[in-house]
Amino acid sequence: MNRIKLDAWVGIFVALGLIALMGLAMKVGNLTSNDIKTTYYVTANFENIGGLKPRAPVKSAGVVVGRVDSIVFDTKIYEAIVTMSIDERYVFPKDTFANIYTAGLLGEQYIGLEAGGDPDNLEANDKITQTQDAVVLEKLISQFLYNQASKEEE
Amino acid sequence: MLSFFEKIGGAIRSKITRLGAATRLFFSIISYSSDSFKRFNLTIREIYFTGVLSLVIIVVSAFFVGMVLGLQGYYTLQKYGSSEAIGVLVALALVRELGPVVTALLFAGRAGTAITAEIGLMKATEQLSAMEMMAVSPVARIVAPRFWAGIITMPLLASIFSMVGVLGGYVVAVPLIGVDEGAFWSQMQANVDFNYDIVNGFIKSVVFGIACTIIALFEGYDAPPTAEGVSRATTRTVVTSSLAVLGLDFVLTSFMLTV
Repeated sequence: MNRIKLDAWVGIFVALGLIALMGLAMKVGNLTSNDIKTTYYVTANFENIGGLKPRAPVKSAGVVVGRVDSIVFDTKIYEAIVTMSIDERYVFPKDTFANIYTAGLLGEQYIGLEAGGDPDNLEANDKITQTQDAVVLEKLISQFLYNQASKEEE
Repeated sequence: MLSFFEKIGGAIRSKITRLGAATRLFFSIISYSSDSFKRFNLTIREIYFTGVLSLVIIVVSAFFVGMVLGLQGYYTLQKYGSSEAIGVLVALALVRELGPVVTALLFAGRAGTAITAEIGLMKATEQLSAMEMMAVSPVARIVAPRFWAGIITMPLLASIFSMVGVLGGYVVAVPLIGVDEGAFWSQMQANVDFNYDIVNGFIKSVVFGIACTIIALFEGYDAPPTAEGVSRATTRTVVTSSLAVLGLDFVLTSFMLTV
């Protein structure tokens, strides 16, 4: 086999491989849809984060506006400090409410932001003060049982 | 009784000696590898033999693996009423796991054996000794180009495998089963992360490429220069490469999951 033919075949092979890699990145992966580039960080304290994990989506009105960056436990206040990176295009009022929701019955947990009415907006490294913890199923069940018991006593 | 322990000790010692020799070969390949980039046409020739000629087996098996994943995934997912997630299942299984691993196993069977047999036969017919007599290092001229060709080829083959497999899953899921096309692709794109899933699969395939090629090269280079020796070395290439790939896969996956 001569040089030119060999080079051509190897060229075709390498091109195919690179096309496949590009296809994986663009068509299969989220490289095109993940256009969140410049972000700012805000933190929020939660008493209980349930099953929230880093990289979980931060949504507002169902639209992904950012991702959970890190979760640490503060031993001074015994609460979890969740740092979120939020797309710069989206600004939220200072009195925004941060809830931890579950997608579907068995789905992953995410943070839902509900905008308040404050004229001032959240700035980088600000803290969201109003938060609601993840729903823990055991707590719900025990509350329900206590309610039932107190009703019967009446 | 003593001879029994002697045998065990001898077997362990010879394994350790071979491991040392393989490490020595690895470092001498690294030290000679500038030659295989200066004379890149040698490497291109090997990319042709290991990569281009493996394309058919890779593409055909990837298509079937993707189709089987689609069918099996649908069987399980439709019980939970979430057959749209079939795209995620096929893509994640291929990109994270099956793409690199199955490609490496096929690569060991298709290209690794060829490398071992070729180098073993060169040794048996004393071509390597003849090169040394002419002051041409056989590691620089024969072994190093094959090593770099293997490293370049494996990630490309694994990418092609994953992509063709996803297309195979698409063919089963959308036209045959009737899953909605938009849901198929959008769920996939929402759940497959480039930095975590695709890059991890790529890293895996590079590591498997290094492991498979170095094993094939060493078995050929170390083979006893007889017909029987070469045949045994070829068998050992397949066995050792497969075990190495599966073992390394576990180690790499556990590393990547902890991040």
